[in-house]
Amino acid sequence: MLGFDRLVALVAKDLLIELRSRDVAYSTLVFALLVLVIFNFAFELRAENLQVLAPGVLWVTFIFAAVLALGRVFAAERDRGVLEGLLLCPIDRGAIYLAKLVSALVLMLVVEAVAIPAFIALFGLNLPLLPLGLVALLGSLGFASVGTLFSALAAHTRTREGLLPILLFPISVPVIIATVKATTVVVAGDPWELALPWLQLLVGFDALFVGISYLVFELVVED
Amino acid sequence: MKATVRVEGLEKRYGLTPALRGVSFELTPGEVCVLLGPNGSGKTTLLKVLATLVRPDRGVVEVGGLDLRRHGRLVRGIIGFSGHQTYLYEELTVAENLRFYGRMYRVADLDRRIREVAEVFGLNDRLNTRVRALSRGFQQRTALARALLHDPPVLLLDEPTTGLDVEGRCRLAALLGELRARGRTVLFSSHAFELERAWADRALVLSAGRLVFDGPASDLPANVLNLGGAHARV
Repeated sequence: MLGFDRLVALVAKDLLIELRSRDVAYSTLVFALLVLVIFNFAFELRAENLQVLAPGVLWVTFIFAAVLALGRVFAAERDRGVLEGLLLCPIDRGAIYLAKLVSALVLMLVVEAVAIPAFIALFGLNLPLLPLGLVALLGSLGFASVGTLFSALAAHTRTREGLLPILLFPISVPVIIATVKATTVVVAGDPWELALPWLQLLVGFDALFVGISYLVFELVVED
Repeated sequence: MKATVRVEGLEKRYGLTPALRGVSFELTPGEVCVLLGPNGSGKTTLLKVLATLVRPDRGVVEVGGLDLRRHGRLVRGIIGFSGHQTYLYEELTVAENLRFYGRMYRVADLDRRIREVAEVFGLNDRLNTRVRALSRGFQQRTALARALLHDPPVLLLDEPTTGLDVEGRCRLAALLGELRARGRTVLFSSHAFELERAWADRALVLSAGRLVFDGPASDLPANVLNLGGAHARV
C-alpha cells in the first residue's frame, strides 16, 4: 500500500542527506552554469537568431545537468548497500520509485531556479517567468520520470554513468521536442495558446511514464 | 505448535550454480536456531530468501503462515533482517536512521521504541552521532537495533556478531534469551559456532546448498565446520 506518510519520510530522508552532503546539488548547479557560459561564448546570439537558439541552449543545459543528477539518484543506496534495507521495508516498492522521483525533481527544479535567471542575464532576455516555470516543471517531471527508473536499472551495472544517457535520451525525445517548442513560444512572446499542444504532450508523457515506471520498478530492483 | 517459518523443497540457482538444493525445515515460536556451514554453502541465500530479498526458484516458503511469493509485503512487516551490510545512511545520525526505518514500519510511539532498542545495544550516548563517525562495532549494533525496531515475530540475522566486541556479543546473547522467552523466532548464521553454541536451541547445517544436519545445537560436534572442509558431513 502506498502510504503518504512513508512517501514523505522517504523524500525527507533523501533531501536531508543531500542537504548535508551537497554531493549532487553543487556539482549539478556548477555544471549547468558552466554550460550556459560556454554557450554564451560559443554562440553570438542576435535578435534574429535568439528565438531559434535560446530554447535549445536552455534545454540542452538542463538535460545534461539532469543526467548528472539522475546518475546519482540511487548513489547513497548503491554505494553503501542500503537499497536492500529499503526493499526489506513493508512498503509498496513503487513508493520507493515515487520518492526518488520527487527527490530528483526537487533537485532539478532548484538547479533550474538558479540557472534560468543566469540564462536570462547572460543572454539579455526578458522572459515571463511563470510560463517558463510551467514548461520547466512539466519537462523536468517527464525527464525525471524516465531517468529515475533508468538510474535504478543502471545502478546495477558497471558502466552506469555511460549507460544512463544511452537509455535515457532516445526515450526522452518527445519531452525534449515539446519543451523546446513550448519554450520557443515563451521566448518569442507569441500567444500562449500556441504552446498548449506541446504542454498537452508533456502532460501525457509525464502521466504515462510515471505510471509505467511505478508499475515496473519492482521488477527493476529485484535480484 | 504451529510453525512460524516453514520451508519445503526450497531450491535456488544463480545461473547454473545451485545455491540451495531441496532445503526443508520448520521453526516454531520461541526457537533460537543457528545456521552453520562453510563459505558458499547457501546460508546467506537462505536468509535472503526468507527476508524476501531473493526470489526462490522452487519450493514452499511460509513465514507467519503467509506464502512468501504472494504476500511478500506482509511478510516483510513481520520479519527483522540484519545482513552483511548495515543498511544505514552514513550522513544520518543513529537516531535519524532509526526514526526513518521506524516510519517505514509505522512503529507506534517511535521515540520511546528508539530509546528502548538503543538501551538494548548500548547506543544511548551515540544516538546523535552520524553513522559515518561510528566504529564498525557500533554500526553493527545500530544495524541490529534497526532490525529489532518493529519488534518482529521472526528475526533473521546473517552473522550478527561481525564487528562486535565482547560487550556487544554479551548484549546480543542476552537479547536472544529475552526474545526466546517472549516467543520470538530467531534464525542466525554464524562462523564462530564454538562461541555462540550456547545461544541456540537448535542448529541447521548447510553444505553445498543441502541441509545436512537439523537437530539440537548441543548434539553438534565442536569441529562441525571442519568436517569435510567445504562439504561438511555431520
